[in-house]
Amino acid sequence: MSERAQRLLELADDELILGWRNSEWTGIAPVLEEDVAFSSIAQNEIGHARALYELAAGELGVTADELAFDRQPDEYRCAQLAELRLVPDWARTIARHYLYETADQLRIEALKAGDDRELAGLAAKIDREEAYHRLHARMWFERLQDDPRVQAALEELWPYALGVLDEELRPLLVERVGREPSPLVERGAHTPGLAELWAEMTLVRRSLPAGASW
Amino acid sequence: MIFEVFRQERKGQAFAHAGSVEAPNEEFAEAYAREQYGRRGESAALWVVPREAVHELEDFADELERNYHRVDGYPLKEKLGRARERAGTAAA
Repeated sequence: MSERAQRLLELADDELILGWRNSEWTGIAPVLEEDVAFSSIAQNEIGHARALYELAAGELGVTADELAFDRQPDEYRCAQLAELRLVPDWARTIARHYLYETADQLRIEALKAGDDRELAGLAAKIDREEAYHRLHARMWFERLQDDPRVQAALEELWPYALGVLDEELRPLLVERVGREPSPLVERGAHTPGLAELWAEMTLVRRSLPAGASW
Repeated sequence: MIFEVFRQERKGQAFAHAGSVEAPNEEFAEAYAREQYGRRGESAALWVVPREAVHELEDFADELERNYHRVDGYPLKEKLGRARERAGTAAA
């Protein structure tokens, strides 16, 4: 697999899995308005994943659906930050939301400025939606950041957040979040939770081996 | 806090009441209004207004039925028609 396809899968898997995890709040968010807003953000992330899978699919000669649903759990390239199951803990969810969106912004900025013009164009499109995710993340973070539960969650999730980014972008995240560099959870290995998520996510698809058609 | 949301469908059109959102402050209200009334391309613009800022008036005294104050209270068309008849210049 080309380095580019690998890279696209990392991005797409992060967005798909995080979107999936965020969607676990649908129906159980702390307040109804937030339920609608957070579900909508989750849906956006999955939309970004779809667009990224399509780019990768063109290169690999498969379909976006095949990439999203037909790989084995250990073939997914998502960072562990995305795959942690955090319901029903809103403090940890907000800490992840803030850390992920901050890291993702650095990554998107790098892609927009990169040599791959096709990916830069898609990154610019994604960025216009992410701007509202960041607004949402920041507004919650500012409201809850002094809560000891959110402080503890930041401490816990910080090594995972660093693992979202390539090495050269990590110092920027350190600077933006204002925390000390720390040992980190590298991309590649997965938590046991991913296999459980995968089993549920691919259930319908696997129930129709000949291919789902609706 | 309750915020009332007004929605403009296309640039230049009047804003119409779309619904309301409940939020702890203006910032959250804007975010929630954007998600609920703006993200499917259904709005060109939104007004997000704290409910207390909306002054509702519904006490309109009209004891003497002065309907000539209303634009629909003065049947100009009929009167014009009768005047034309009198002048012998009725419209064809």
